[in-house]
Amino acid sequence: MSEGSIVLGALAPHPPHLIYAENPPQNEPRAECGWEVLRWGYERLRRSLADKSFDVLVVFSPHWQTMVGTHFLGVPHFKSISVDPIFPNLFRFHYELDVDVTLSEAICEQAAQMGMVTKMMRNPDFRVDYGTIISCHLTHPAWDKPIVAISSHRSAKLFNTEYMQANALKLGEATRKAVLASGKRAVLLASNSLSHRHFVTEPPLPEDMSKEHITHHGQYLWDMRMLDLMRKGKTRELIDLMPDFTDQTIAETDSGALSWLIAALDYPEYGADVHAYGSVIGTGNAVVGWDHESYGGRS
Amino acid sequence: MSVLSGWLVPGMPHPYLCPEKNRGWQKLRTAYETARQSIEALDADLLVIYSTYWPSIIGHQIQALPNPVWTHVDEEWHELGSIHYNLRMDPEFAESCREACVARGLHARTVAYHGFPIDTGSVVALKLLNPDNRLPAVILSSNVYSDRAETIVLGKACRDALAQSNRRAVAISVSALSNRLFIEPIDPAEDRIHSLKDDEWNRKYLEFLQLGRLEDVSQLSRQFHREARVHKVTNFKPFWWLAAFMGQNNCYRGEVHAYEPVHGTGAAIVELTPTSMAARDLEYDEDDPDAYAGDRNVLGSLNDAPGMDGDDES
Repeated sequence: MSEGSIVLGALAPHPPHLIYAENPPQNEPRAECGWEVLRWGYERLRRSLADKSFDVLVVFSPHWQTMVGTHFLGVPHFKSISVDPIFPNLFRFHYELDVDVTLSEAICEQAAQMGMVTKMMRNPDFRVDYGTIISCHLTHPAWDKPIVAISSHRSAKLFNTEYMQANALKLGEATRKAVLASGKRAVLLASNSLSHRHFVTEPPLPEDMSKEHITHHGQYLWDMRMLDLMRKGKTRELIDLMPDFTDQTIAETDSGALSWLIAALDYPEYGADVHAYGSVIGTGNAVVGWDHESYGGRS
Repeated sequence: MSVLSGWLVPGMPHPYLCPEKNRGWQKLRTAYETARQSIEALDADLLVIYSTYWPSIIGHQIQALPNPVWTHVDEEWHELGSIHYNLRMDPEFAESCREACVARGLHARTVAYHGFPIDTGSVVALKLLNPDNRLPAVILSSNVYSDRAETIVLGKACRDALAQSNRRAVAISVSALSNRLFIEPIDPAEDRIHSLKDDEWNRKYLEFLQLGRLEDVSQLSRQFHREARVHKVTNFKPFWWLAAFMGQNNCYRGEVHAYEPVHGTGAAIVELTPTSMAARDLEYDEDDPDAYAGDRNVLGSLNDAPGMDGDDES
């Protein structure tokens, strides 16, 4: 078996608003427009993937929240409807997807060997979280590739962001080792926003873009600083700043998703492609790609 | 109009799905059965539930689908099994609550969608307290950003809606006491409260509740949050809502039916029955807001005020 590889890594946030505005047939609500810049960014991400072959999408989602370790989907096929508990008016999505259970188990086992608490999710009635679904759909709407879905261990809340990050980095390393050993070609998705202070009200027309802006200038400055580090390939500095950034902007990086991605990519020193940045109900979101294979699959 | 009784119940699925694995979980299950019988003996018209297991961001959400049907699996405890539910909601009262919330300045909306993910806590409470759907229910979300004033106003809005409807309700807060849990799998037989400190705070709270001092407990919520809660949200809110909904006093007969650990968390089933006998040591010393006018935002500039409805752009 040839060695596996990480084809591409992406920061692929999951605001349900982007699906809502995109109007895919799977989603029940219909929109007139909205959040185009971010959706165009996802278009560019998809274009960057178009000429690459890959076997599996591995996604780390902040919206599968677990307290007792990190969990992995372990059922081969799911079909259901996902309704966003926060924005049910925007996201009621009929999904059907396959899971690469073999790779899930491999990452789960590798992380366990490295000292992490892990668990496979084997209940066929389980509903896949909307973060996983949205990031996968916007990255690869054909749904013709299996996924591996990884939960977010809420250690930032249980302990602190430093502890969270230490675990996320270890999980990233475990993911890289398992992918390389699998012989598969994987695309990795960190399904999180950057700054994450929401508005607590919604305009009557959710896609009214005259109401959309970042919640706070300070959040914008922090987001730009993090994106600048990504563009310059300064991922070690990015990781060093992550706890402070997370605490200052109540960022969704508290999930560990972005730290996991950077570690899985082995701290790339090449510049990332920032495909788009925009706010969604006040939160800061960026679509960012690390074209890992073009750089020899190395940092 | 009246709230016939108020309850604190835990939302972890263990007492429903696998009570046999731990004596404490079985005691909670038995206490749930006692609670069901107690509620059944009342001449109530509906159940009003505030669940800390249902977070919201856009104001306050109120479940209004008449008959939610689903097979629920908890995102954490999926190995314990699935819970099929077929619930009976009260859309009319849900809408009344929404209107009352808006009248008091809150952002609120009803939700009525097939497949909406009703939270584990509400599902467990309804399966055990109202298994035959004898009473219709309303479920209220817990806004992650809201703090005391907003939550108290939410409780008052529910009270307004109840007064307007001229109905008799049972109030239920679904919440753990201390919520720090073990982050590794445990042998169920060896479950215990995560720390002595958490246990002591839980017992102090239960001592007050046993005396019927609901308002005093409500006013201790911030302290309890600091001492015995993992800070996943801004504050510990279930007693703010419960006290506001029930009338903001200490005039209750309290009964602690069970207090047990569930994977390290403090799980209690407590009944509060209104009585004319007031508990002693009343310490009503906090603001008593009647309407919500937004965050005071004392540390930020005017431009920092969150809001997406355009009001903040003037």
